[in-house]
Amino acid sequence: MTGSTPLQRLTTSRLVIVAGKGGVGKTTVTAVLARAAADAGQRVLVVELDGKPTLDGWLPDLAADDRVRHLSAGAALEEYLLDHGFRRIAKRLAKSGVIEVIGTAAPGIDNLVVLGKIKQLERSGDWDLVVVDGPAAGHAITFLTTPAGLRDAVTGGPVGEQADDVLELLADAARCSIVLVTLPETTPVNELIETADAIRERVGATLGPVVVNQIDPGPEPPDPETVDVGRLRAQVDDARAAAAFRRSRLAVQRLELDRVHAAFDDVVTLTRRPVAALGADDVAELAASFGHHDPPDDERAHDDRAPLDRNADS
Amino acid sequence: MSGLHDLVGRSNVVVCCGSGGVGKTTGAAALGLDVARCGRRVVVVTIDPARRLADALGLPDGLTGEPQRVPVETGDGELWAMMLDAPAMFERVVRGHATDDEQAERIVTNRFYRNMATALSGTQEYMASEALHELHADDRFDLVVVDTPPSRNAIEFLEAPSVLTRFLDHKVFKLMMMPTRTGLKIFSAATQPLLNAIGRVVGSDVLGDAVAFFQAFAGMEAGFRQRADEVAELLRADDTTFVVVTSPRHDALVEAAWFGHELVERGFGVGAIVVNRLHPTFGDGTPADAHDKAATARDRDDLDLAAMWTNLGELRELAARERSEVDQLLATADTPVVEVPLLPDDVHDLESLDHLAQYLFPARRNESEPEGNG
Repeated sequence: MTGSTPLQRLTTSRLVIVAGKGGVGKTTVTAVLARAAADAGQRVLVVELDGKPTLDGWLPDLAADDRVRHLSAGAALEEYLLDHGFRRIAKRLAKSGVIEVIGTAAPGIDNLVVLGKIKQLERSGDWDLVVVDGPAAGHAITFLTTPAGLRDAVTGGPVGEQADDVLELLADAARCSIVLVTLPETTPVNELIETADAIRERVGATLGPVVVNQIDPGPEPPDPETVDVGRLRAQVDDARAAAAFRRSRLAVQRLELDRVHAAFDDVVTLTRRPVAALGADDVAELAASFGHHDPPDDERAHDDRAPLDRNADS
Repeated sequence: MSGLHDLVGRSNVVVCCGSGGVGKTTGAAALGLDVARCGRRVVVVTIDPARRLADALGLPDGLTGEPQRVPVETGDGELWAMMLDAPAMFERVVRGHATDDEQAERIVTNRFYRNMATALSGTQEYMASEALHELHADDRFDLVVVDTPPSRNAIEFLEAPSVLTRFLDHKVFKLMMMPTRTGLKIFSAATQPLLNAIGRVVGSDVLGDAVAFFQAFAGMEAGFRQRADEVAELLRADDTTFVVVTSPRHDALVEAAWFGHELVERGFGVGAIVVNRLHPTFGDGTPADAHDKAATARDRDDLDLAAMWTNLGELRELAARERSEVDQLLATADTPVVEVPLLPDDVHDLESLDHLAQYLFPARRNESEPEGNG
């Protein structure tokens, strides 16, 4: 992977679905990836599924240009019906809420029509890159396995065809990849590994690089036991406790990064920003790191740790 | 602060809720462990297959769909743990309400049912509420602690008991329930256009499966409706306590504040909002104090000491940012706020669960320290 930037490695397919458990920063990674690609001159479309306005604030220029779209199942199904010669049906069903009526007969169809709409955007040729902020929390696997489930329940008909098309898209590495996001902490890494297995086995989709978000960049403070504080000892208790704490958290981070590297070939990291709530400028700052070339492979592992291992090495 | 301890001690049900990745499962386990040590028989139901938690609890084979006794010393109390298996639970519920085995079999082998059990939004929440009801009625347990699924919207859990009844009340269902002997053909002139329309979109087999499912369901609605009412009542009972868990992240706090408020508005009992994993402050000083000392040490060429002070300054900045977010967003919360610091290690053994429990229940920690003022 020497010579390619994180942006290049993350965008080997036209459609990138960003997924991961709640709280790991899926939306952040979606925004950073879209920012980096847009800054590199690509025509980027961002698709958001939860109805949350966060991305509009983080990508104001894209939002102003209608390049941040919020997809809902109801709207996607209505559009699908109108596009496929079901105009009269759509009208009749609209009275009772199309998605609710159809969804009652075929549970999971809400996920399928949303994926179908994403497929249509990917196919349109209008975009170099379509980034999807996947559904929240544990819904990602359900969302992605629905087409296969419905495919088993349905033979033929528009729904069956739609399921076939979506399954074809998910299976095609040149068209679609899933980028999983995690944090350098125990539970998120366990969940990452489980989610990756489920996607390989149950969705049959290609995994892009894994993004480890919220990396503490260090530097690691010295071991308080080895620092001679002389007469000051009583006055530096807080600093000593803080150093021990940071070192312990950084040790967890190293351990978890090692586990991610052991389980995945390609790993991209994002540094924790020193703010309480991210803004558009933080997203731009993080995006810049996606455009930089990584150091060659043999140096990269070392580079990840250089600031952290300063004392361990000495 | 002793409020939460007493409240949980008196409760028969504790519901831990909040957005994903905030430590709900660990919090539920810590709470359960603590109550068990007070002499009660507790069962903790988790939603995610949290292997580390199973390891921490000394259950090397992992959690299963049946309650397992956790091998920890709890005096007269007992700690049990299980993981929700939503499809299995759904099947059990269907079998419980079915008039005979044949009816149950027709339902659980139906393709529409199988699709619904896995793909219908809200099914997991619905089954969590069923598990809650079942365990509450189980004589083996005094307290049920349930860790809710990480929902798109935490309110889904509150509405979960009515997922199926809402479904059953739907007019499409009513159409499909109309008596028929030969499938679609004899639906009345009034119902046929709608069903035909649906059939054209989803395909006739899908519709056929759905019709077969709803017809197989005939006679079970009353039982499901009654159960939904019972669960709704249980969630609102005086001895049910909600604990909203959040991280100090901006969006998680916004959601927790909103959810806590919403629960109170809707008449549910909220014991506390727990802010989990706050960075510790390391003393009373400010970030600037620490950075000043770093500068002084650097001037004296004492670089290691300077690095330690700089680190203290950075951690205090982090803590201060979190503090201001928490204060801002939870200032108007109508419920007590309990803060749990980020620990030096990730929780992975009983010792760290205990540590967490001490912060959740400071009253108990103080009881064991005679000088405590809690």
